[in-house]
Amino acid sequence: MLSVERIHSYYGKAHILNDLSFEVRRGEVVALLGRNGAGKSTTMKSVMQLLRPRQGQVTFQGRDLVGEPAFRVAKCGIGYVPEDRRIFTDLTVLENLEVGRQPRREDAPFWTQEQLFEIFPNLYERRANRGKHMSGGEQQMLTIARTLMGNPALLLLDEPSEGIAPVIVEQMAETIKTLKEEGLTVMISEQNLHFARAVADRAIIIEGGEKKFDGSFAELEAHPEIRDAYLSV
Amino acid sequence: MSEILRVENLRKSYDGFLAVNGVSFAVAKGELKALIGPNGAGKSTCFNMLMGQLKPSAGEVYLDGQRITGKRPREIWRRGVGRTFQITGTYQSMSVIENVQMALMSHHKRIFSIAPRAWKLYRDEAMGFLDTVSMADQADRPCSVLAYGDLKRLELAIALCHRPRLLLMDEPTAGMAPSARIELMQLVADIVRDQGVSVLFTEHDMDVVFAHAHHIMVLNRGELIADGSATEVRNNPQVQEVYLGGGTLFKEDANA
Amino acid sequence: MAFFFAQFLTGLANAAALFLVASGLSLIFGVTRIVNFAHGSFYMLGAFIGVVLMDLLPGHVGFWGAILLTGLAVGLIGALVEMVVLRPIYRAPELFQLVATFGVILVIQDLALMIWGAEDRLGPRAPGLRGVWRIFGEPVPKYDIVLIAITPVILFALWYLIARTRLGVLVRAATQDREMVGALGVNQAWLFTGVFALGSALAGLGGALQLPKGGADLLMDFNIIGAVFVVVVIGGMGSLPGAFIASVLISVLNVFGVTYLPQSTLVLMYVVMAVVLIVRPYGLLGREEVAGEHGQVGAPETPIRPYGPKGMALVAVLLALLALLPVFAEPFVLTLVVDMVVFALFAASLHFILGSGGLVSFGHAAFFGGGAYAAALLVYHTGTPMELAFLFAPLAAGLLALGIGWFCIRLTGVYFAMLTLAFSQLVWSLAFQWRSVTRGDDGLVNIWPAEWLSGDITYYYFALAFGIGGILVLRHVIHAPFGYALRAGRDSPRQAEATGIDVKRVQFAAFALAGAMAGLAGGIFVFSKGSVFPTELEIAKSFDALIVVFLGGVKTLAGGVVGAGFMTVVEDWLVRLEYWRLLLGLVIIAVVILMPEGIVGTLRTLWRRIRHSDEEAV
Ligand SMILES: Nc1ncnc2c1ncn2[C@@H]1O[C@H](COP(=O)(O)OP(=O)(O)OP(=O)(O)O)[C@@H](O)[C@H]1O
Ligand SMILES: Nc1ncnc2c1ncn2[C@@H]1O[C@H](COP(=O)(O)OP(=O)(O)OP(=O)(O)O)[C@@H](O)[C@H]1O
Ligand SMILES: [Mg+2]
Ligand SMILES: [Mg+2]
Repeated sequence: MLSVERIHSYYGKAHILNDLSFEVRRGEVVALLGRNGAGKSTTMKSVMQLLRPRQGQVTFQGRDLVGEPAFRVAKCGIGYVPEDRRIFTDLTVLENLEVGRQPRREDAPFWTQEQLFEIFPNLYERRANRGKHMSGGEQQMLTIARTLMGNPALLLLDEPSEGIAPVIVEQMAETIKTLKEEGLTVMISEQNLHFARAVADRAIIIEGGEKKFDGSFAELEAHPEIRDAYLSV
Repeated sequence: MSEILRVENLRKSYDGFLAVNGVSFAVAKGELKALIGPNGAGKSTCFNMLMGQLKPSAGEVYLDGQRITGKRPREIWRRGVGRTFQITGTYQSMSVIENVQMALMSHHKRIFSIAPRAWKLYRDEAMGFLDTVSMADQADRPCSVLAYGDLKRLELAIALCHRPRLLLMDEPTAGMAPSARIELMQLVADIVRDQGVSVLFTEHDMDVVFAHAHHIMVLNRGELIADGSATEVRNNPQVQEVYLGGGTLFKEDANA
Repeated sequence: MAFFFAQFLTGLANAAALFLVASGLSLIFGVTRIVNFAHGSFYMLGAFIGVVLMDLLPGHVGFWGAILLTGLAVGLIGALVEMVVLRPIYRAPELFQLVATFGVILVIQDLALMIWGAEDRLGPRAPGLRGVWRIFGEPVPKYDIVLIAITPVILFALWYLIARTRLGVLVRAATQDREMVGALGVNQAWLFTGVFALGSALAGLGGALQLPKGGADLLMDFNIIGAVFVVVVIGGMGSLPGAFIASVLISVLNVFGVTYLPQSTLVLMYVVMAVVLIVRPYGLLGREEVAGEHGQVGAPETPIRPYGPKGMALVAVLLALLALLPVFAEPFVLTLVVDMVVFALFAASLHFILGSGGLVSFGHAAFFGGGAYAAALLVYHTGTPMELAFLFAPLAAGLLALGIGWFCIRLTGVYFAMLTLAFSQLVWSLAFQWRSVTRGDDGLVNIWPAEWLSGDITYYYFALAFGIGGILVLRHVIHAPFGYALRAGRDSPRQAEATGIDVKRVQFAAFALAGAMAGLAGGIFVFSKGSVFPTELEIAKSFDALIVVFLGGVKTLAGGVVGAGFMTVVEDWLVRLEYWRLLLGLVIIAVVILMPEGIVGTLRTLWRRIRHSDEEAV
């Protein structure tokens, strides 16, 4: 569904992603793991074309994305939840959700506001609040809900469990599993290994912008030396 | 054991919405205390009232017996309270070490001096603080390119510059890798032990909380529902229901 | 009483055009964060195009059709400007775009002059609405009543669009974080173009609607822009109902002002604005402004360092050249260099608070002109020796800055900018209308340097010593703890306060220092020219400084100085041509597009790239 081939991404002259390739198959949940500064967020931005890879290809459902503006990438069916939240602080919760709304697409689950409120009851309670008057965790919930309003076929979640209460994280894990059953493909960047293991089928480990491991969690368990070298749990 | 911080019946309402509703607690000298609770429970609001970013609607805050309710952040800082923020605040246009030097200039009351070159001032001292948080190797990088976790550690270094008696940390390890979290909290625990600093922190990572906090308070919808040791809190059914959940996502030993 | 009421109605009718233009400006600012100086130019275009169309189209349908067509035409012109001039530079530092819009003003001015000539046009009367109605016995033009009826309808339509429709939600979201809006699947480039076009169309409509009450002339753009800014600020940036209330307030006040206080008309509006902002810092209906944090700010600033040996050597060579200049250069070159140094110091002082402090002042001329006037007044009225009077210039300007800063520093962002503008206008109107002391627009003349300084060459060295000295002092302060604290307060006020820095006090002190330095520049200026006029206090003077700071590069330390040098030379060269405004405007726009980091910033990036590729080659 998504294939990233030998991309190189830079911030200015800092070379961050170095010849990175991987694939995400339809219906899969993939966890992108790595230390702080490994390049997880950069990978997501490079897929989203918020950062344009200088070399390499990003193809989504057969379509080359490199060089497209971000809105077109989103229209293709990729939803992106940034790690720094970036909610619209002056808009209310309902209006934030409205910004994310996109028409229904056949290849992806369809979301309504009501369904999202069921997953994130806080949002319903604070629905008329402005974004800037939400707690840190509530803001995190709002970004996820906002992106789901776009009915994406592939969801890029950059550290979704960050700053969220354990009960809600548990629910979120359940939700992601449900999403997967409904045919959504998900790629999560995570530091929380418990969470990643609970939801993902496969792990990709990157370090210094290069791929170091790509395989199932069972394989990862079988090679504790890899985990120790790149995740240092 | 004497108290460093005492909070009495603290309240905050935002246009009628009671975010914090009559909270009272105390932090003992040399204690590492956690304040946990669901999203939107009012933890950050509490912190902001303790440190003066917000004015309480009612209630009192005492630091070492002195009333500090409603004072400005910098006055509270002067009395020895340092803090780190949930969403980091660092000086983006400066290098890592300059961020720390800036805090030291403030500590040494040199803000208004116009003679010396700022980047030469207190460099060694600043390096010491960076070393404490293991950031010395990144000292001369621009702050704007740091990874999120590193920003958090930098913030801690900045907060330490004034040799605070009390440190308020709002989600100190958010955004960090598991190992880095343990390291950072170990560091904080060491500081508590060696320098007699007291720490009050919020956190959603239960591995960190259960491993390090001496005492844990649980806030729910603006009210304290528990205050006790890790085991007490962990086995409290109400806390499990509103916050901890089934406990599948954290373990005493992170490798399980 | 009836007369009173009739006057009130006139005020209300005058408010229509003002509100249209102001709501357009507010809309554009709200979404794009661009302070569109060229908005007055769209209003002027609306008037001229309206006159032409009304001549072509006959009758009722023709008149109202012409007005709508004018809106459409100006909207299209606005869209064009947005796509060609602004789109390439959205990623530039905040407020950089206002420089480009300043270029647009110049271009439109000369284009209008070319097309329609210098003569004023009288607007045609509205068919069927020529007469008056009597209200309580007083005549009120029928057209006025129609205008009074139309405005609330437009207000409601706009409000509905922004507050209630999906488009409005998107627009408000894009205001904050356009990149994120894009990542959510919205084509934000067109959203911006659309809003800019709509805003321009409103200005054009305003220009056409006021035709039967006024006409079209080439000064309309600057004449209205001051009032429009005032309206937007009093109402609260981004608040449409606020803009409406403020338009009415200002227009009504103006009508009464003309009747009862003709000698203070100039200040009235700015006094009202200052009072409102002091009582309600964010305008009547405005809310505290949160600057967009993403997608609009460009590359983060790099840490600063004093020049290394190479940079020092370059500066030394330049200084040596300047010192040796009198040996081989003509006197007029010396004068040009003195002008340049004066301007450079003025710009550097603005750059100090703007670049390091993040305080964008729209009224910095108050301190430049204030210093010049302070020295000149002393000499003129008391015959104080020049040396003393000269020293008084920075002192007085510094004190003035303390006074003005006391009110302004509590605000931030655009509100800060506007309040400084209001105060500088106050100072200007004092100089202009307090004739017994300042001699009004006759200016103060015969303010010459002391005997021993009066030679061209001697004064050249004098100006060089104080001008360059001032610039070096500012640079030194930037590298000192104080300068760092100033930047800390700009980067993260929250962190700064939590580590014991009194941000407002630091900013206050910096504002005073910048004022004093601008005053020093004014002092050098007045004794080199021998005279001073109210023009030195005008908005245009403040904008000049602002523009060179941005052209030079806000995020670089040398930006102000280099920008000033560049501008002095270019202007000196261009004003000899007939359509020099057009050319200057194009030059400004070109620099802005080609060098989004400013001249110094772009050169620096280029230099780094060259050096970097060298390293790679090795
Ligand atoms: N805007 C930027 N400019 C320059 N360098 C950057 C920028 N953003 C990130 N970097 C650098 O790129 C590297 C990779 O960053 P990235 O944010 O992708 O890491 P990450 O794996 O997501 O880390 P984290 O877990 O902390 O979020 C880091 O070394 C970081 O310092
Ligand atoms: N300025 C404000 N106006 C109105 N409501 C607010 C404001 N600030 C916070 N709130 C509300 O107050 C509640 C408490 O917020 P607070 O930030 O203290 O939560 P928190 O416990 O820190 O949560 P988290 O763990 O998610 O950070 C939230 O429901 C939030 O929506
Ligand atoms: Mg990341
Ligand atoms: Mg919080």
